[in-house]
Amino acid sequence: MTLTDLTLAQARDGLRARDFSAVELTEAYLSAIAAVNPRLNAYVLVTDEAARAQARAADAALAAGDHGALTGIPLAIKDLFCTRGVRTTAGSRILAPFVPPYESTVTANLLRDGAVFLGKANMDEFAMGSSNMTSAFGPVASPWTRRGDNRALVPGGSSGGSAAAVSARIALGATATDTGGSIRQPASFCGIVGIKPTYGRCSRWGIVAFASSLDQAGPVARTVEDAAILLGSMAGFDAKDSTSADLAVPDFAAACRRGVKGLRIGVPREYRMEGMAPEIEALWQQGLGWLRDAGAEIVDVSLPHTKYGLATYYIVAPAEASSNLARYDGVRFGARSAGGDLAELYENTRAEGFGEEVKRRVLIGTYVLSAGYYDAYYLKAQKVRALILRDFTEVFRSVDALVTPTAPTAAFAQGEKMDDPITMYLNDIFTVPANMSGIPGISVPAGLDGQALPLGLQVLGKPFDEETVFAVGAALERAAGFTALPGIRAGG
Amino acid sequence: MSLDPATVRRIAKLARIRVDEGQVEALRADLNSILGWIEQLNEVDTDGVAPLTGGTQMALRLREDAVNDGGMAEAVLANAPDRDGDYFAVPKVVE
Amino acid sequence: MAYTIEGSTGAWEVVVGLEVHAQVISKSKLFSGAATAFGAAPNSQVSFVDAAFPGMLPVPNREAIAQAVRTGLGLAAEINLVSRFDRKNYFYADLPQGYQISQFEHPIVGKGVVDIALADGSTKQVGITRLHLEQDAGKSLHDQHPTKSFIDLNRSGVALMEIVSEPDIRSPEEAGAYVKKLRSILRYLGTCDGNMEEGSLRADVNVSVRKAGEAYRTRCEVKNVNSVRFVMQAVEAEALRQIAVWESGGTVEQETRLFDANRGETRPMRSKEDAHDYRYFPDPDLLPVVLEQSWVDALKAALPELPDAKQARFIREYGLSPYDAAVLVAEQATAQFFEAVASGRDAKLAANWVTGDFFAALNRTGRSIENPPITAAALGRLLDLMADGTINGKIAKEVFEAMLDSGEDPAAIVDARGLRQVTDTSAIDAAVDAVLAANPEKVAEYKSGKDKLFGFFVGNVMKAMAGKGNPALVNAALKQRLG
Ligand SMILES: [Mg+2]
Ligand SMILES: [Zn+2]
Repeated sequence: MTLTDLTLAQARDGLRARDFSAVELTEAYLSAIAAVNPRLNAYVLVTDEAARAQARAADAALAAGDHGALTGIPLAIKDLFCTRGVRTTAGSRILAPFVPPYESTVTANLLRDGAVFLGKANMDEFAMGSSNMTSAFGPVASPWTRRGDNRALVPGGSSGGSAAAVSARIALGATATDTGGSIRQPASFCGIVGIKPTYGRCSRWGIVAFASSLDQAGPVARTVEDAAILLGSMAGFDAKDSTSADLAVPDFAAACRRGVKGLRIGVPREYRMEGMAPEIEALWQQGLGWLRDAGAEIVDVSLPHTKYGLATYYIVAPAEASSNLARYDGVRFGARSAGGDLAELYENTRAEGFGEEVKRRVLIGTYVLSAGYYDAYYLKAQKVRALILRDFTEVFRSVDALVTPTAPTAAFAQGEKMDDPITMYLNDIFTVPANMSGIPGISVPAGLDGQALPLGLQVLGKPFDEETVFAVGAALERAAGFTALPGIRAGG
Repeated sequence: MSLDPATVRRIAKLARIRVDEGQVEALRADLNSILGWIEQLNEVDTDGVAPLTGGTQMALRLREDAVNDGGMAEAVLANAPDRDGDYFAVPKVVE
Repeated sequence: MAYTIEGSTGAWEVVVGLEVHAQVISKSKLFSGAATAFGAAPNSQVSFVDAAFPGMLPVPNREAIAQAVRTGLGLAAEINLVSRFDRKNYFYADLPQGYQISQFEHPIVGKGVVDIALADGSTKQVGITRLHLEQDAGKSLHDQHPTKSFIDLNRSGVALMEIVSEPDIRSPEEAGAYVKKLRSILRYLGTCDGNMEEGSLRADVNVSVRKAGEAYRTRCEVKNVNSVRFVMQAVEAEALRQIAVWESGGTVEQETRLFDANRGETRPMRSKEDAHDYRYFPDPDLLPVVLEQSWVDALKAALPELPDAKQARFIREYGLSPYDAAVLVAEQATAQFFEAVASGRDAKLAANWVTGDFFAALNRTGRSIENPPITAAALGRLLDLMADGTINGKIAKEVFEAMLDSGEDPAAIVDARGLRQVTDTSAIDAAVDAVLAANPEKVAEYKSGKDKLFGFFVGNVMKAMAGKGNPALVNAALKQRLG
């Protein structure tokens, strides 16, 4: 077994036992990155020198017996998190020259706990995408391929670089963000675990904003326990974020060992979507069976407005984004294109700095907020959003968690589904409602489809009850015994 | 509601994104198909429903009035594409 | 008599509403911990929040919210216990976020009133539509470089209160009186320093004109007018312009204009030519502002006495005229100064001295009421010297001047200069006799019925006594001698 095959929990224990050093572990990852990343493009920046320095500091801390929760653990950081002195692009040309003079709260928390940052993970531009095809720094390839088919697949998005890196064992874990499914869908596509915690659980301070009322940071990792350890470090109250929840961070890792005996698990009937792949339906049933076997009670529930989640999302998210992205104007930071006057400078900077999908969404958002259309689109969406939340609130009166598929399909090939934006948007149909309502959701790899591609199951929980989500996720993980590995990986 | 080319140009102007004449039609088609799909929300009865704006239902927290930030012009200006002394610089604006 | 402007087609009424932007007095900005002081080095009072760096988030300042509530209470306005911040989206070089965080649908303060007093002695109530909190923008400097504008973000994010009046104002005078009164209230409350030169108080003046009995016609907004005088001039200039447009058969277009103080006219604002569509929506970074009634009540209990209440009290307690009382309460410091002088003394005499010689001295010396050339206590002692007959009113003026020059105590000046009033009747009689003896023709004229000459004799006797004669005794002695 090579060092890069260890889970985060195993690596942590090995470091503390001095079985290997943090420098050895980091070097193993840096070599793996050098070998594998050229095929995946999962990293847009590898910060090898800084990583080595952090690893040496970790070894000193370990030697002194003064270690934190993540001392010496090598991670990839989604390029949406501002990192002090380290270029942060959000996957956009417009931020290509941007070097933040500050560290996001979430990454600062990870550094506080001793983590080693290997580099910045590629992503869909401004986190807008489900394929990682919209990055200004080139697409990310999934480390997985279909049986008997070498075509490059997408890793999902927007945290595709993070998911691909963790799956291909070129990061032990990674930060990610989820605005409409951008943690859970790539986790599902890449056969790893990803959790979007409750809105407000992780500080948004220092994370490049996409849609402020939906954005939430979370980890992707190889196991549910690893994700719990990472989230425990990332989460916490932050006075710099007015929407941050002033709540203690529970012991998420302990929650993974709780089991599901006596829990009531809801199965939302509206998620039985027409045209859903039969193998996904089958896996879903199997997952419910595992939970029943582990002592949970399975109950049918109804979320009548869930099917409108996606359309609601495509009003709310672009509206907020159109405003959030107004600051990219070529004046204070980032790329500037020349213009004869200020208006021309703005228009050229933004036309050349933003990619097509970002422009599309900014224009949609501008339109739905514009005079005469606000009530028909934005206000209507906010009302439907209230109904989506009400559905969940109702259902959570009688169940402890919900279990659904994470995505309606397995990973698709690069270039597929690109003709029509809506087909692409449908990827997020099962994940978006959690963002609209702020509730936590995890994706756990549960099996392979007929082409040997991973499929994930999603567990949704009550607001700020990530512990139950971890407990159910860990139960699914134990029962599924998912051990498949991608073709492209460190040491593979 | 269906977008016409003039509306595409108008919202592009509002968003300060240059759209060349050759791009207008493709954009119009794209945006129209998305907007058409979004209109499924009209099926939902939202009479009497209070709009939900934020991601969370807490009350706003306020901070104390203390000066604990700023005083770092160099850091604020370090990423500027153009500056003159301690000012950001842009093409001359006529008011 | 209502104010109208006579055009070639008849009389025009002027309709004015004001949007006043008042900078909130607070140490730090509305949503960041950067300082708000005026005149700092460029971009030295800027946080990454104020410069809208990626991932930066606003956190509201409790004191700024308290100041808005205090102001609302001072305007007798409704305080909305639930309000919220919205984004107003537009692009401008000194607007880093590409939006201004403001309050659109749910402002923190609702309807209120401001009472204004006019020169003809009448008063008028101007309605307040609303007060909301919002961020200031940065500052663009257009004259530092031949081809570039420079941006300083020190002001970016400073808390402003936008105070919107109803279109109740009908003349330049009313507009000026409204701004002055509003400024006075804000200064009393300590919520805005009212300094128009530094831009702490700016007015957007909405002007339209109409014939008597008509509905409102199209209005134009004259932006950022920065003195009371300019507000009055802008109302008149814009009204005249609109009348000329209407009377020449044209149509006034709704637009944003600037007041050119040098030319005394308004002109369209070029940078605001684009039709605006601000795309207001609730700021998703901020939750609703929810206030406790008890907190509002506590702020209310701690409010100072405001100018109207103080004026009423001055009239009631001190017997002042409404005019004098209004002058004295316009500034809190003046009222305080007056009360210190008047305490235990003749209040009307105190009011005359404060509004007369003392105000003139402030003007002449360029000093302020906060840093006066003569303290209230010293002025009070001067009044005491008059009250106890030590000096007369005329000598008091001389002593006052000496106090200004030397800063010495009035009693010391009186002693050193021998200015005590002469009440010795024999000395007065002697002076009277000497004056009458020196002016036999005038005495004859007086006796033949030219009563007015009495003043001439008083003046000459006082002159002979170096001004120190007790005026009552001098009068009595003259009356007796002249029969
Ligand atoms: Mg205005
Ligand atoms: Zn305003």
